[in-house]
Amino acid sequence: MSARNRELLGLIPASLLVTAGFAAVFIQQGSDQLSNLSLTYGAIFLGLCLAAHVFLRIALPYADPYLFPLVAVLASFGLVVIYRIDDTLARQQAQWFIAGLGLFVATIVFLRDYRKLEQYRYLIAAASLVLLCLPRVPGIGAQVNGAYLGVRIPGVFVFQPTEFAKIGIVIFLASYLRDTRQLLVAGARRIAGITLPPLKHFGPLLVIWGIAMLLLVVIRDLGSSLMFFGAFLAVLYVATSRVSFVVVGLALFGLGAWYLGTHVPHVTDRVDVWLDPLNAHRYPNVGYQIANSLFAQADGGLLGRGFGEAFLFLPGGGPILPAPQTDLIYAVIVNELGLVGAVAVLATYLLVAQRGFKIALLARDSFSTLLAVGLSAVFALQVFVIVGGVTNVIPLTGVTLPFISYGGSSLLANFVLLALLLLVSDRARREAEGAR
Amino acid sequence: MSAPIMRLFATIVLLFAILVVWTSRWSVLDAKDLRDNALNKRPLLAQLHVKRGAIKAADGALLARSVRGPGGTFRRAYPSGALFGHPVGYAVIALNQLAGIERYRNDELSGQGDELGSLADQLQGKREQGDTVITTLDPQAQRIATEQLAATGSPGAVVALDPRTGAVKVMASSPGYDPNKLGDPGVFRALNSSGSGAPLLDRSTQSSYAPGSTFKVVTAAAAIDSGKYTPDSVIDGSSPKPISGVPLRNDLGESFGPITLTAAMTNSVNTVFGQIGEALGKQTMADYMRRFGFYSKPPLDYPADEMLASGERLNGRLLPVTSPQVDVGRMAIGQDKLAVTPMQMAMVVAAIANGGRLMTPHLADRIVDPDGRTVDRIEPQLASTPVSPQTAEQVNQMMRTVVESGTGTAVQLPGISVAGKTGTAEIGTVGANLTQPSFVAFAPADNPRIAIAVTVERSQGGFGGTVAAPIARAVLESLLS
Repeated sequence: MSARNRELLGLIPASLLVTAGFAAVFIQQGSDQLSNLSLTYGAIFLGLCLAAHVFLRIALPYADPYLFPLVAVLASFGLVVIYRIDDTLARQQAQWFIAGLGLFVATIVFLRDYRKLEQYRYLIAAASLVLLCLPRVPGIGAQVNGAYLGVRIPGVFVFQPTEFAKIGIVIFLASYLRDTRQLLVAGARRIAGITLPPLKHFGPLLVIWGIAMLLLVVIRDLGSSLMFFGAFLAVLYVATSRVSFVVVGLALFGLGAWYLGTHVPHVTDRVDVWLDPLNAHRYPNVGYQIANSLFAQADGGLLGRGFGEAFLFLPGGGPILPAPQTDLIYAVIVNELGLVGAVAVLATYLLVAQRGFKIALLARDSFSTLLAVGLSAVFALQVFVIVGGVTNVIPLTGVTLPFISYGGSSLLANFVLLALLLLVSDRARREAEGAR
Repeated sequence: MSAPIMRLFATIVLLFAILVVWTSRWSVLDAKDLRDNALNKRPLLAQLHVKRGAIKAADGALLARSVRGPGGTFRRAYPSGALFGHPVGYAVIALNQLAGIERYRNDELSGQGDELGSLADQLQGKREQGDTVITTLDPQAQRIATEQLAATGSPGAVVALDPRTGAVKVMASSPGYDPNKLGDPGVFRALNSSGSGAPLLDRSTQSSYAPGSTFKVVTAAAAIDSGKYTPDSVIDGSSPKPISGVPLRNDLGESFGPITLTAAMTNSVNTVFGQIGEALGKQTMADYMRRFGFYSKPPLDYPADEMLASGERLNGRLLPVTSPQVDVGRMAIGQDKLAVTPMQMAMVVAAIANGGRLMTPHLADRIVDPDGRTVDRIEPQLASTPVSPQTAEQVNQMMRTVVESGTGTAVQLPGISVAGKTGTAEIGTVGANLTQPSFVAFAPADNPRIAIAVTVERSQGGFGGTVAAPIARAVLESLLS
């Protein structure tokens, strides 16, 4: 079976999922519009995915056949969960989904030769850094829970520059390390048992570390920094095969995180809450979010309460779970679908990452490999940071769960990420096919 | 570069494994602890969405029901207001406050009775709904008891049981409160504040009083059942008489000379019962008290911490009868440090009325599920056999003379023979003339259907026979008509 036919078949479960999901939510709401509307939603979704699939058939015939269906599953699942939380938000999210597909198509059309990106790497890096700093610009920046992650675009939405910056940074790293990786390895010296790269070439990397740390201070968000820095180390490790670089990098990051965790009040709060999430003293303010995240998960148990059955509001109308459609959407998933449902979601993400790394393995040139590695790593790390935060593995921070959380920036950026991965994949598999 | 990519992917897999482990930890492994955490409002919220079952009186009158609140929640309404505030209690879920039957039967009322059933209901898409509790309470008699208590102007309690089954017919405590108003946290605070008169306290099970002479029923039963005395035994009833080395006087210092036990009962002669108490000894008295239910909480289907065990008490703690600090002679006439709940005294007379067999008192008659099926019926159950049928019959006869010609004539009912015993404990400082009148009775004496205990907390010089007996009479009249 050809790759594209496999992709087509893969879309069937995604459509069934969105139909069944809406049906479940409608039943729970006791609605009589069940029969036609859930099917309509499923049909519209299937239509959109089919359109994208036809486009891929023409534009990228060799691209990985599993990535798009996997993402469609995640996005459709996200739509259902958001619909269950707030139907107005779900309609907006559906519009973002359509816009995302548009951007996905545009990316593929305009970046057919994605290697052109290499020429603009410093421009891309600079633009990414500017994006990251935007939320701190007075007047347009938006502070959410002490972190600076959003830019308010009046009347439209709160734009989250980190979502796009992560892609830009990965492009820059892949490009820069393609050039310098040989030098980094060849010039390395062992000092006190640790292999250190030459300062001349390592310098820019130290600058990156410095910038990552600075970002931590600027955006005051441990999770986003961990995501960026983790992706950096992943690309660096694949480029150089040196574990020692990773160790040194992690140590430096740990040092920076420790400093921030003990000196920046907002980060300190998060760390305190992380260490003792059920502290009664902190519960009414800083601890409320994580404690209720854990309570929601406990309420779900092994099999969950079922779609639409979880409590989201207090009797007075206030939310029992703050930000259920964005930061804490994973807690809602565990609450309603249980451990089983949550593991299925995590497995889907892992499959996406697996396809990404597979693309990296198949790619013939270093830039493509490093780009695929970086994009896959940053994607997987984003999942780890937010799910890890919600489950208290690490301090909770405000990043989105890719393709599932409500949010335009997140959806748009992740569709660009998907487009890039498919572009790399198409080239790699086309070349492999040609070489055979 | 392929090996590092594989290792990197392995690292990602490891990170995701950590996520799975942590999710398992919260959702399954530690879930019970989290659900029970005091900060967790979800179990409470879940209860708010449950339509609790109703609570009904024996005649089917609604005592508590659930009405729709905002957003699919329910709140409790009590159609009879303050009347059944005490036995029924309250369920203010939003404030996590439960009491009385609402609390004791919470599992049934909130439909958590059996896990399997509720799972099956969930699979069928049924909305959660609790079972209805049908009580043994009699609204008419409860109303009379409450009104009569209120008319005394003093706090107090009335308990009436069916001695044959243990069914509680009346459980009234004054002052009362309106459970409909407890949704307001301010009202809760006000009712709990000092100076409020403690209306939330159920005086029938939670307050202990000096039983005074009503306790002579226990002493007489022990005297006869132990075989040391008969109703015709003659004892010196002169006054004063040294008991435990200290002179004990009869009421008004009246000296009776040698009289029978029956006559001593009829006239409530302290010196006679003081001597009997000393003669029986602490161990025998302790044994009989335990058989009647003293020294343990009543076996009532009511929250344990809303009940008090009766017995000798020192500084709020139970003191064994055998303790050297107990003056058994004065205990035998209901003085010393005796602290007894009205419920306990009702159990004592119920046992005498039922031929020496004490039935387990119960408030619930049956539990009915939302489909109208009876899922549980509370059958009469023998709690203990404090005395033999012969002893019971003899004490019964002695108590009849109290009503016919003794201190309890105020309880006489036309055409119905009543057996009873008065009690008047002096409280407060000597000379203040403050009393705590009480009365215990059962009727009809030859085939008892109702046993009753009445205590009025404070009276200016009133007696059991003048203050408490008329209340008992009114309630008995209502229950026997």
